[in-house]
Amino acid sequence: MSAHKQIDRRWIFLLIFICVALPLIFVIGLPIETTENSRLVYDLVQNTPPGSKVILSFDYDPGSKPELHPMATAVMKNCLERNVKVIITALWPMGVQMAEEIHEELKTEYPQMEYGVDYVNLGFKAGGMVTVQAMGKSFRTIFPTDLNGTSINELPIMNGVKNFDNIAFVCSFSAGDPGIKQWVQITHDTFGKPVTGGVTGVSAPAVLPYVNEQQQLTGLLAGLKGAAEYEFMVKKPGTATSGMDAQSIAHLLIIIFIAIGNINYWRNKKKEAKGGE
Amino acid sequence: MKRQIPLIITFLVGFIVIFSEFIPQRFFGQISSTLEEWFLIISGFAIILGQLSLFKVNFLKIKFKQPNWPYYIVTLISFVVMVGFGAFWGTETSSGFLGDGAKIVATLGDKPFDYLFHNVYQHLSATMFSLLAFFIASAAYRAFIARNVESNLLLIAAVLVMLGNTSLGSALTGWLPESLKFLHLPRISEFIMKYPNTAGQRAIMIGAGLGLIGSSLRIILGIERSYLGGK
Repeated sequence: MSAHKQIDRRWIFLLIFICVALPLIFVIGLPIETTENSRLVYDLVQNTPPGSKVILSFDYDPGSKPELHPMATAVMKNCLERNVKVIITALWPMGVQMAEEIHEELKTEYPQMEYGVDYVNLGFKAGGMVTVQAMGKSFRTIFPTDLNGTSINELPIMNGVKNFDNIAFVCSFSAGDPGIKQWVQITHDTFGKPVTGGVTGVSAPAVLPYVNEQQQLTGLLAGLKGAAEYEFMVKKPGTATSGMDAQSIAHLLIIIFIAIGNINYWRNKKKEAKGGE
Repeated sequence: MKRQIPLIITFLVGFIVIFSEFIPQRFFGQISSTLEEWFLIISGFAIILGQLSLFKVNFLKIKFKQPNWPYYIVTLISFVVMVGFGAFWGTETSSGFLGDGAKIVATLGDKPFDYLFHNVYQHLSATMFSLLAFFIASAAYRAFIARNVESNLLLIAAVLVMLGNTSLGSALTGWLPESLKFLHLPRISEFIMKYPNTAGQRAIMIGAGLGLIGSSLRIILGIERSYLGGK
């Protein structure tokens, strides 16, 4: 390779494609190790008494579905298996459809679970942080009906739910703004309720400071790995677990490319230095 | 007056909301709650306004045949089709002006809006996000070059976090004995994310928070008027 010559990006794209596709077809089964942040999320769900009501907020759209949907599915199923009642809401318009997809799955997987009794979808509300703040004062003002237009007074799950005081915790699956930060800043910091959730891998570093001694955020599921860890803890491998092999190999390939880039750089630098002499 | 009235409204509303946070009086709480409700109503209308604006901007670009104008036709058609299908036959959970479109559902297996959402929008959206992986790989190859001390640190941290955040990290260092567990890649990655990253992020967040307070005060005091459409 001559000086300053770089690998054609099309080769990089092709290799990435192969490295992602092959492990999805031929599963390797690399080990999954749980981190403290994921365990905190799991413990919060496990320690919530049966019969409690929790809010799951779907603050993402199909773009971030591969990372957030598996964790949302795993957490929701875990809640329902523990008889924790789930109230679904969304700060993103497409979040409603994301929740509905899980709802469809639940219909066949948990036929005994009843809509309106064990879980309910209240739908999307515009307004971000202000919506969360207003929910903390009165649920009924913000959500007079559920997604189907049924008055929430007719839904048994909403009996006695006035505001965040009647909620065990909030869990947000967040791909950006509005999302988990708004839930932390209002639900935890103003109303003192535990908040947990999951975010995409790229946004995890910005959300991690909220996982602190004050427990502004009780644990965090970060990216596909967080989702795979949760699936591992609930012993229900899903799409995140199978995706981890592909992600691991793709990361390894990126590291190899970085190494090649550095070798090229130092070789070119050496050649330039020799030419200078 | 066209400019002064919005400025006065902004000033009053801004100060009422700020003061209501500090004064534990029922009256202030009620005003604050009412303003929150107004905000939610305005947010709803803002979505409609955004859609109208999207339509207008694209329409004008096509009308004046601006560069790449055929792409704007695609945007506009997609927009009209989705809004139209949603309005005429509704979505999964609601009916449209023409009811539920039983005949269409019998053919497509879904309402037209949901059919397009599940079979077109979702896949396009996921594809856009997936393309990131290809560009990140290509960019990382060029960007993570060990030129000096700082870039060396960045490079080492990036490689450790990348390995630690995958199953490879566990596979490569899982065999280490208990006394050397601190060298375990997931642990190293967790340490980097928990301490250096959190410290840096906090500094950014505090800076952004101060900036937000500054710009909010500028808006409330009428110094910043760009939201009115001028400088």
